[in-house]
Amino acid sequence: MAALAVKVGDLPFRNPLLLASGIWGESGDSLLGAYTAGAGGVVTKSIGSAPRAGYPNPTVEELGRCGFLNAMGLPNPGIDAYPVEIAHARAHGVPVVGSLFGHDAAEFARLAGRMEATGVVALELNLSCPHAEGLGAEVGQDPDRVREITRAVRAAVRCPVWVKITPNAAAPEELARAAEEGGADAITAINTVRGMAIDPTLRRPVLAHGLGGLSGPAIKPIGLACVWKIWEAVRIPVVGVGGIGSASDVVEYLLAGAAAVQIGTAVAFEGIGLFGRIAGELPALLDSLGFDGPAAAVGAAHAGRQPH
Amino acid sequence: MRRIVAISERVQETPSTATLRFHDAPPARPGQFVMVWIPGEDELPMSLSYVGPSKGITVKRMGAASGRLTELAVGARLGLRGPYGNAFDPSPARILLVGGGSGTAVLAPAAEAARAAGGEVTAALGGTTAAEVLFADRLLAAGARVRIATDDGSRGHAGYVTDLAAELLAAEPFDAVWSCGPEVMMRKVLEAAAPRGVPVFCSVERQMKCALGLCDACALGPFHVCTDGPVFPAAALRPLEEFAGFQRDASGRRIFPRSPGERSRAG
Ligand SMILES: Cc1cc2nc3c(=O)[nH]c(=O)nc-3n(C[C@H](O)[C@H](O)[C@H](O)COP(=O)(O)OP(=O)(O)OC[C@H]3O[C@@H](n4cnc5c(N)ncnc54)[C@H](O)[C@@H]3O)c2cc1C
Ligand SMILES: Cc1cc2nc3c(=O)[nH]c(=O)nc-3n(C[C@H](O)[C@H](O)[C@H](O)COP(=O)(O)O)c2cc1C
Ligand code: FES
Repeated sequence: MAALAVKVGDLPFRNPLLLASGIWGESGDSLLGAYTAGAGGVVTKSIGSAPRAGYPNPTVEELGRCGFLNAMGLPNPGIDAYPVEIAHARAHGVPVVGSLFGHDAAEFARLAGRMEATGVVALELNLSCPHAEGLGAEVGQDPDRVREITRAVRAAVRCPVWVKITPNAAAPEELARAAEEGGADAITAINTVRGMAIDPTLRRPVLAHGLGGLSGPAIKPIGLACVWKIWEAVRIPVVGVGGIGSASDVVEYLLAGAAAVQIGTAVAFEGIGLFGRIAGELPALLDSLGFDGPAAAVGAAHAGRQPH
Repeated sequence: MRRIVAISERVQETPSTATLRFHDAPPARPGQFVMVWIPGEDELPMSLSYVGPSKGITVKRMGAASGRLTELAVGARLGLRGPYGNAFDPSPARILLVGGGSGTAVLAPAAEAARAAGGEVTAALGGTTAAEVLFADRLLAAGARVRIATDDGSRGHAGYVTDLAAELLAAEPFDAVWSCGPEVMMRKVLEAAAPRGVPVFCSVERQMKCALGLCDACALGPFHVCTDGPVFPAAALRPLEEFAGFQRDASGRRIFPRSPGERSRAG
């Protein structure tokens, strides 16, 4: 049976299934819970310089099997208060990827140093939140700023730096290329897709923030296409995320070019046990498709189509 | 799915607490909660205080959003999603309720279900003052025995409702204790019942955003109050340092009370 261990660059994980940022990421117990349930590693919620309450509720709208709209507004306890949560997960051997957000290169670099000191195995720069003014995708839609921020962080830390890309740009692969030029070790794609919901009776947007981001099954084709294009555009590994809820979804992302994947919304549909279930089903599925492990499948759908 | 309901009836239960009733809400069991959207203001988790065809919530004025809710008039529209979470199991024969302040809101429909199933219900209710004791008449009408404690001694026992609970537990056999109120209060109830081996179930309130088990705002040890609770057995809560230890604010920061009971709400 195919073994599940993977590497993102040089960084090993026991399996390719990581917890996505912003899901179960507030408490150390939850990070640990996701790992105990079978995740190969976990990504923290995006952490900034100061405590941030996020937007008022409603922050989430359920869209049936399509997924969810959310505008959490990057709530987080701030880099001073958060390390206690990471320490709890690290004490139990959980490989934690520390997600960060900021306004500019200097802030990102400062946060990166603080985050690295907590013992995370890698950093993930959130340049892609679709609903936070002056943060996230507002900085992440400009290749020059992506390159500049990545370069500043790269210079500030030794651990691997992943850059999380927004799909809300004409050519997300250009953003990935800019991150690679800035020294990124991997690209994470995608964050949520900008969207909104309006209540007809009340004639107003449902989310308190108005605009939000779509996640879940509806965005899988968008995530796959981004990973596909980014795999063609860069030589660093890609971590795929968006709408994954089954072993077969994981294999699709591997075939598109993802070296590992992250799972978010499906946790709400199925519970945290989905990590163990998918990890249990993946070996037989890979076997049946003729792959001796996840690595063998990475980018395989490109074979004979594009030189890499 | 979210639905918009109009308030069909409003009852001022105590000076600080009002019940809002509405039709067209999906079926629910006692113990479950809904996310109540006050358009333009906020969305709050609220236990259902009535679970029949006409549902209801009973809201105590705490901050801006709950204050706004208690001021809404008949006809005002609210968004609702849910119901979410688990419920009380109404099968035990002899039940002791321990309610602090608005915590009694979620216990009342559970007590009615237990009475309908043939159970005996004893209620120990706490409030700051006589006028703030919630649902004493409703529980009496349901056939429960009611004991009251007030902080100022204006009705019943002068002191903590947990004193009454400890007294009742020492004097009589119970098959289960159901409690809702400040965590310090519920912690005392757990500790009082533990040596007697009486199972305790507490309805726990924490910061909530998604109510879907996604955002982690309601993390409580290894649990999520929105999906694993809000009703937890004593065995789950007793080992948790954060139960009656610390809360998390909207940013996720751990907030420790400066003195025990400081955050108590009319318990
Ligand atoms: C599952 C669940 C069920 C709930 N059911 C009910 C219900 O039936 N009736 C009801 O009135 N409320 C209920 N609540 C609480 C409610 O959701 C709000 O937290 C409360 O109304 C305060 O909201 P606010 O925004 O008005 O006040 P905030 O601005 O959040 O708070 C105002 C002040 O009150 C304090 N405070 C807030 N919440 C609490 C608390 N739980 N304990 C102690 N102090 C607190 C704050 O620290 C602050 O000082 C429930 C909560 C949960 C999670
Ligand atoms: C409630 C919620 C909160 C999120 N918070 C963050 C965040 O803080 N940082 C981030 O980079 N991505 C965040 N995301 C995006 C997810 O990490 C992920 O990229 C996206 O949801 C797509 O994956 P999914 O379809 O598996 O959920 C959040 C998503 C959701 C649903
Ligand atoms: S409120 Fe979001 S996980 Fe419970």
